[in-house]
Amino acid sequence: MNLTLHIWRQKNSTDKGGFKAYEVSNISPDMSFLEMIDVLNEELTHKGEDPVHFDHDCREGICGTCSMVINGRPHGPKQAITTCQLHMRSFNDGDDITIEPWRAKAFPVVKDLIVDRSAFDRIIQAGGYVSINTGGAPDANEIPIPKRIADEAMDAAACIGCGACVAACKNASAMLFTSAKISQLALLPQGNTERHSRVEKMIWQMEEEGFGACTNTGACEAECPKEISLVHIARVHREYMAAKVSSHNV
Amino acid sequence: MNWFLSALTSGIGRKVIMSLTGLFLILFLVIHLAGNLQLLKEDGGVAFNEYSHFMAHNPLIQFVSKANFFFILLHAFVSYTLYIKNKNARPVGYKVSAGSANSSWSSRSMSLLGTLIFIFILLHLRGFWYEFKYGTEVTSTVVNGVEMHNAYQWVADAYANPLIATFYVISMLVLGFHLWHGFSSAFQSLGLNHVKYNGLIKLAGKFYAIAVPAAFAIIPVLLYLKSLS
Ligand code: HEM
Ligand code: FES
Repeated sequence: MNLTLHIWRQKNSTDKGGFKAYEVSNISPDMSFLEMIDVLNEELTHKGEDPVHFDHDCREGICGTCSMVINGRPHGPKQAITTCQLHMRSFNDGDDITIEPWRAKAFPVVKDLIVDRSAFDRIIQAGGYVSINTGGAPDANEIPIPKRIADEAMDAAACIGCGACVAACKNASAMLFTSAKISQLALLPQGNTERHSRVEKMIWQMEEEGFGACTNTGACEAECPKEISLVHIARVHREYMAAKVSSHNV
Repeated sequence: MNWFLSALTSGIGRKVIMSLTGLFLILFLVIHLAGNLQLLKEDGGVAFNEYSHFMAHNPLIQFVSKANFFFILLHAFVSYTLYIKNKNARPVGYKVSAGSANSSWSSRSMSLLGTLIFIFILLHLRGFWYEFKYGTEVTSTVVNGVEMHNAYQWVADAYANPLIATFYVISMLVLGFHLWHGFSSAFQSLGLNHVKYNGLIKLAGKFYAIAVPAAFAIIPVLLYLKSLS
């Protein structure tokens, strides 16, 4: 396959940046999208040019780092996969492909396609955990949890924190991410003790980071590589309102 | 900040205000439509005039109408603050964006649609509510011995003008698109997302978004056609 790539190049966080066109040839349809960029970077390096910087780690859809907007869609045209799981056979020979970083105020560009997603870490730090300060680990089946609840918590926990929800949302809202991280604990008895202060603190931190609000367009759910559901956003609306009227945090 | 204010001004709190005011407006529109449909009675406007007279003189209705004005302004104001917040969240946009691949046009155009509805409401109030309440040009009529505005005649004259009738019909189309997303969105904002009811909410929303604006829109069309004969 021969392709024309239009890639966002930006030297550092203060550089203005812009698109640059690259031709790549002899791309195998069986290559992953990231391998295709590897080929380009190999050529750029041989020519003494700066390779295209992009985040990647596991290359099997579990770490969530491989962030890029491909032809206007986070992780490209396919449903329920990350960029590293996207194959070149999803494109046609001669295609023009535009590759951009996640765009959000809360995700500043570090270099080229790499953005700083530490805003997500700070949301987790604000309350996305269960405090167990003492004692040994309890027996696995000591606390009975209905299968449906366990499944739903597991679905929420499938979130890999990639930020595709923010990238896809017209408001750059982080509600899907934050709601998955709140849901996975709110659904389980272990998360119950801190549930009110957790939702208050995490939502507060989310607002502090400068993410937008939710318009319920559903773009996040449609683009999420782990198919996290809007059900979790509705739950967090309930959790938040309940916490606000009944918690002791005045 | 006080817990109540911080809850109301958060993104979630503002969405709750949007949904509650939106649902109020949805209810209001049903009542408004029931009244408007009296325009189609072949009674020379008696039923509509009586209805208008009742609405304008009943203290409870007058109170609800003030609340309604307030909720429209609140809905519009909060939507504006959300618009600013959401725009600020993405200072640099995408070169290529494929929104239609993951969301409906109406859901992505709520601010535009809402603004158009707001302009419609202002003109609508100027042309009818203001004229009935403060204007001097609306003629009078006597129904069952009571003197009252001939509201029917005023409305019929307005829709004899094809421009006004067309503007009304287009505005109803805009309202339909707003509610195509807005109706079910309001339930999601309130946290009502449940397998048992989602189908019903979606269906009721699509039905409402088509039926209510269409029923509103048919009135100026029929009045215009009537004016031709
Ligand atoms: C009678 C007229 C109207 C009705 C029945 C109505 C109804 C609704 C409903 C039910 C929603 C969904 C709320 C939610 O997602 O929780 C909504 C959202 C919205 N409305 Fe309206 N609305 C009306 C007029 C307006 C006006 C006049 C404006 C603006 C000037 C407006 C702007 C918006 C916006 C921007 C949203 C989306 C907010 C967001 O999710 O970010 N609407 N409306
Ligand atoms: S590189 Fe880990 S998910 Fe793509």
